[in-house]
Amino acid sequence: MTTTLDTAAQRVRNTEISLAQAVNRALRDAMTADDKVVVFGEDVGVLGGVFRVTDGLTRDFGEQRCFDSPLAEAGIMGTAIGMAMYGFRPVVEMQFDAFAYPAFEQIASHLAKMRNRTRGTLPLPVVVRVPYGGGIGGVEHHSDSSEGYFAATPGLHVVTPATVSDAYTLLRAAIESDDPVIFMEPKRLYWSKDVLETSGPAIGTAAVRRQGTDATLIAYGPTVSTALEAADAAAAEGFDLEVVDLRSIVPFDDETVCESVRKTGRAVVIHEAAGFGGTGAEIAARVSERCFHWLEAPVRRVTGFDIPYPPPKLERHHLPSVDRILDVVASLQWEDR
Amino acid sequence: MTVLATPDKTGSGFPLGFDPILDPSPLQYLDEHGALSGPLRDDAAELAPDQLLATWRAMVVGRRFDLQATTMVRQGRLAVYPSSYGQEACEIGAMLALRATDWFFPTYRDCVSMVTRGIDPVEALTLLRGDWHCGYDPQRWRTAPQCTPLATQAPHAAGLALAAKLAGDDTVALAFCGDGGTSEGDFHEALNFAAVYQAPAVFFVQNNQYAISVPLAKQTHAAALAHKAVGYGMAGVRVDGNDVIAVRRVVAEAAERARAGHGPTLIEAVTYRMQAHTNADDATRYREDSEVEYWRSRDPLARLETYLKARGLLTEAVVAEANQAAEALADDMRARLGEEPEVDHRDLFRHVYAQPTPQLLEQAVALQAELDAEAEAEAEAGAEAGAGAGATTNAGAGAGAEGDPEAGR
Repeated sequence: MTTTLDTAAQRVRNTEISLAQAVNRALRDAMTADDKVVVFGEDVGVLGGVFRVTDGLTRDFGEQRCFDSPLAEAGIMGTAIGMAMYGFRPVVEMQFDAFAYPAFEQIASHLAKMRNRTRGTLPLPVVVRVPYGGGIGGVEHHSDSSEGYFAATPGLHVVTPATVSDAYTLLRAAIESDDPVIFMEPKRLYWSKDVLETSGPAIGTAAVRRQGTDATLIAYGPTVSTALEAADAAAAEGFDLEVVDLRSIVPFDDETVCESVRKTGRAVVIHEAAGFGGTGAEIAARVSERCFHWLEAPVRRVTGFDIPYPPPKLERHHLPSVDRILDVVASLQWEDR
Repeated sequence: MTVLATPDKTGSGFPLGFDPILDPSPLQYLDEHGALSGPLRDDAAELAPDQLLATWRAMVVGRRFDLQATTMVRQGRLAVYPSSYGQEACEIGAMLALRATDWFFPTYRDCVSMVTRGIDPVEALTLLRGDWHCGYDPQRWRTAPQCTPLATQAPHAAGLALAAKLAGDDTVALAFCGDGGTSEGDFHEALNFAAVYQAPAVFFVQNNQYAISVPLAKQTHAAALAHKAVGYGMAGVRVDGNDVIAVRRVVAEAAERARAGHGPTLIEAVTYRMQAHTNADDATRYREDSEVEYWRSRDPLARLETYLKARGLLTEAVVAEANQAAEALADDMRARLGEEPEVDHRDLFRHVYAQPTPQLLEQAVALQAELDAEAEAEAEAGAEAGAGAGATTNAGAGAGAEGDPEAGR
C-alpha cells in the first residue's frame, strides 16, 4: 500500500496546475493553517470568482470564511481594514484592476498608513488580490496595469508572480505578512501551467530566470514570459541576455538587479503600464544611480504607450512584444563591444 | 418620537416595540427648558440619580477639556483644535452607553469622547499637537485613531463589527461622523455592508448643521438624515443631540439591538457646532449670530443642570467636586502641553512596515548623517563663538544608528 500512496503522491507532485489553481491552493492552505484568514469580495463565493480563483472555498470552508460582498470596492477595502483591526487576516479580491480604483482612498489613506499612524500598535495584515494586465481581449477597465499607483504609496508591499510556484509561495507569504500586501495577479497567465513547488522565496527577492552575459532584461508579472521569449530569440542573433523577474516591486531587490546589471553592463526594463511615471522609470533611475560606472549604454524601457488602455483589436500594438524588446536590445551601443 | 424601522426579516422586531414612523422631529426626553418631555417612566435607569450625576460630571469635565484645548491653540501649544463645544450630549452620552469592550471610531472633532473613554488628554491631543498622528494605543482603548478623511472610518466599524460577530463576541462598533460625512460614498457603503451582514454596528451622525461653511440644506435634500436608514434596511433614530438623556438611551438601545443580533442602527443626533470649524475658520462669514444664540439657549449642559437642580440633585458638594475635577484636568493639560513634545526623527522610519525595507534603512542612515553633520556644525560654531564652556552639542545622538532605526532607542 505504501507503494501506491507514494505513487499517488508522486503523481500529484508531477501534475501541472494552472496559475489560477496555484492561487486557489495557496488560499486553501492558508485558510486551513489559520482560521483568522477570511476571503471575500465580489462573486468569490458560490461562483468562485469570475476567474474561478476562489473555486470551492465557500463549499469547503463555509460562508463564514469565504463570502460574497456587496458590489462596492471601497466598502470591501474598509471592511477588510476593520476586520484586520480585530485580529482577522482578510484576503480580498478586486475583481479587475480598474475596479480597484474606488478602493484607492481606503488603501492609500488607511491600509498603507495605519501601522505608521499608530506607531505599530495597529498593524493591518490584509492581502488585496488584484487581477491585472492586458492580453486577454478585455474591454476597457479590464486590462489596466495599476501596480505603479500602489508602488508609489509607502506602507504597502506590492508583489506580482510570473510563475505557478511563485503564485503559491508569494501569496502564502503575503497572507502571513503582518503588513498589507497588494498581490497583483497577471490575469493572462492564469491559465499557464507548471508543476507546483510549494516552498519558495520571501517577499522582496527577485529571481534570475535566465543567465546571460550581454544585457539584463528586467521584467515582472506578465512581461517575464515575453522577456524570456525575447532572450531566446536574441540568442539566435548572438546576444546572450539575462532575465530578472522582480516578483516584488516593493520592497525592491536592488541587490539582485544591480548585481545582474553590473555583470552585463546593459539593462532594459519591461512592463505593460504606461512608461511615463511608471515603475520602469523608478527602476531605470535606481539602476542608473547605482550602476552608472558599469553601464555601457543608457538604461532603456519597453513599456505600454502613454495612452489609456486600448480596445482589444488594438492592444497588440500597445503591449511590449518580443520584436520591440529585440529592437531596443539592438540599440544598446554594441559598437563599443 | 421618531424611530424609523423596516420590518425585521428575522421576526425578532425591535425590543421596545417601536413602529416605523417617518416623522423627522427628534426624539427628546428633556426639552430645552430642562423639563422632562418624553415617554420615560419615572423609574427608568436614565433617571436614576447616580447615572444622571455621572453623566453631568463627565459633561462638566468634557467641556473644561474643550475650553482648555481651545485656549491652548491660541497659545500656540496645539496646531489646531476642532471644538465640540455644545455637542457634549453626543460626545459624552454616546460614550457612556458603550461597554469598555466595544470599539469606537472617532473623527478629529471627538477628543471629548476619547477623554470620556479614559484616554489621557495629552495622548488624545497628540494628532492636533503635531507630534504624531495618534497618541494612544487603539487596542488598549478599543478606540481607532481619529479619522480625518470624512466617513472613511465608517466601513472600518462595519468590518470590525462583522469580525466580532464571526468571532462570536458581543462587541459592538460605534462610528461617529458629521452631517457632511453622510454625503461621502464610504458612509453609504458602510451602512450597506453592515446591514447586509447584520453586523453589530452603530452609526452615530452628529448633525451639527455645518460642514465647515456648508449648511445642511446644501448637504442633503432629505427631510432627515435618519431616513437614510430605511434605504439600507436598518433601524434609524432621530434624536435631540442636545438631550443627553435621550442620546444615552438611544445609543444603549442600538447597542443592545446589535448585541442581540438584530444588526446595525443609524442614529442622527440633531445638534449644533457652536464654535467655528476650527480656530482657522471664521464662522461669521457664513452664519448669523442670532442663529448661534438660538442654539446657545438649547445648551445641553445648562439643560441638564436645570433639570438636576429641579430635582435637588446638584448639591454644593457635588458641584464643588466636579469643578475641582475639571480644574485639575485643565491644570494638568496646561502643565503637560506647555512643555515641548519630545519627537524622535527615527520614528519616521520605524513603523512604516513590520520590518523596514532596505531602502528605508538607507534613508534612515542618510537622515542620521545629515543630523550628525548639523550637530557638528553647530558645535563648531559654538566653539568659534568662544563660548567654550556651556556649549551643548547633540554630537553622538546618532551613535549606533548604523542601518538600524531601532538602535539607540
